[in-house]
Amino acid sequence: MTETDTRVQPRRRGLTRSQKRAVSRGVQYAVFVAALVALGLTADWDQLRNQFAQVDLAERMFPDIITLALKNTVLYTVSGFVFGLALGVVVALMRLSSVGPYRWLAGIYIEIFRGLPALLIFIFVGVAVPLAFPGTEIPGGTYGKVALALGLVAAAYMAETIRAGIQAVPKGQMEAARSLGFSHARAMVSIIIPQAFRIVIPPLTNELVLLFKDSSLVLFLGVTLEERELSKFGRDLASETANSTPILVAGLCYLLVTIPLGFVVRRLEAKAGEATK
Amino acid sequence: MSTDNSAGGNNGAENGDRSGTPEIRVHGLHKSFGDNEVLRGIDLEVASGEVVCVIGPSGSGKSTLLRCVNLLEEPSKGQVFVGGTEITDPDVDIDAVRRRIGMVFQQFNLFPHLTVTDNLTLPQRRVLGRDKEAAAKVAAENLRRVGLSEKATAYPGSLSGGQQQRVAIARALAMGPQVMLFDEPTSALDPELVGDVLAVMRMLADEGMTMMVVTHEMSFAREVADRVVFMDGGVIVEQGPPSQVIGSPTHERTRHFLSRLLDPAMAEVEDTPPPEPDKSV
Repeated sequence: MTETDTRVQPRRRGLTRSQKRAVSRGVQYAVFVAALVALGLTADWDQLRNQFAQVDLAERMFPDIITLALKNTVLYTVSGFVFGLALGVVVALMRLSSVGPYRWLAGIYIEIFRGLPALLIFIFVGVAVPLAFPGTEIPGGTYGKVALALGLVAAAYMAETIRAGIQAVPKGQMEAARSLGFSHARAMVSIIIPQAFRIVIPPLTNELVLLFKDSSLVLFLGVTLEERELSKFGRDLASETANSTPILVAGLCYLLVTIPLGFVVRRLEAKAGEATK
Repeated sequence: MSTDNSAGGNNGAENGDRSGTPEIRVHGLHKSFGDNEVLRGIDLEVASGEVVCVIGPSGSGKSTLLRCVNLLEEPSKGQVFVGGTEITDPDVDIDAVRRRIGMVFQQFNLFPHLTVTDNLTLPQRRVLGRDKEAAAKVAAENLRRVGLSEKATAYPGSLSGGQQQRVAIARALAMGPQVMLFDEPTSALDPELVGDVLAVMRMLADEGMTMMVVTHEMSFAREVADRVVFMDGGVIVEQGPPSQVIGSPTHERTRHFLSRLLDPAMAEVEDTPPPEPDKSV
């Protein structure tokens, strides 16, 4: 196993391996440069600059885009994430239950809410819930509705992640806990779920990034000026000024959060990989 | 060594006298996994303070037997009594019974997200309802017994296998069990680490703990056990004092097993499934 094959390979005809690699890399660079040049020559840069890079317009968006829009985006995301996580744990435990109907119910829930576009769920929460339960207000107003809609979507994804995390905890952990006198439920709460969460923190953080973007769908619920988040805020200003610069600025604000989060996910994944070694 | 032996023998005799109610009693135990019948009628008693080593080839059902004694496996048929309580009774509170039975696993099964001390204190607090100080005191005392006081704040992942297994023993002891079950406690260890774990088990035996040990460590069985039980094909083939079962086995299957264990080269020659069990003993 450890010994490498030391026999002399017969010399191949034509290019050597390193030559082939150099040619392949050269072709890739050539394609890349050609694409850049084509884009630079064909696009109407003046138009683009007028439409997307009006500096004075961008300046007018501050500080509201941070203090109001970004703040609301974060609030919507966090409330949706918290509700989704709680619901996701419940659905995951149902999915692993020994009671058949619980398993089926959880399975149906996951299939439905993973299969539907998040947009439809927002519309459903905005329209169908008030119709179905007249007179009942979802607590928290718009924030409550967003938490519900985002949470319903997120829970379906997170439930599957958490279920996988729980199943990734070695069977011996439950056996050890049970043999010490823990009940099944207590062992789950004290021993299994804390370990499962360590395993699923990277994918859950990834889910947070997805939710952060999906929070833009709140504009389909109809929000007041104070409840606007990044996308709505940018779009409103864009139509008001007949210029798309606000869209670009709003987009940059998303990246301001999602790129560091993505970095955190990769760090966590690397750490998790180390821990399981 | 020979004094150890005689001491063990005396112990056994003593226990035999006061074993009105055996600590563990297994009666007519059967266990099947699907069509595979792993245990085919086991009768066994372990007296208070007795050390019983269960030996036998892999697949003989010895681990399953042990796991039936604290109901990690549900017996298909038969009864198991621990400390006079029938644990196979469906109405029994199994969590309460398990508090009296310590179990040590081949793979240690320490909780990796907790420090060594928390591994010992969390079960005491959650299961026995001890307060933090009391639990910490018991934990420290038991870590001292297994010689790992200096690892109290370490995480299991930073310990050697032998250290982890000693922590696992301490964790079980911290619950104050009346019986300790050991499921091949040294099989996952590097050979040089086996000695420390066996030393701890020997200490427990000397203190009079009732122990049931599934093991391949023949020297441990010979020196520490009051009784050795040889299992094959889901039945107990023969049992008795170690000098008899290991020293001069009466059954062909026992002799065969022991010779293969002592001369591993033989194992290659005959690795056929065990013959139809004859229900002797």
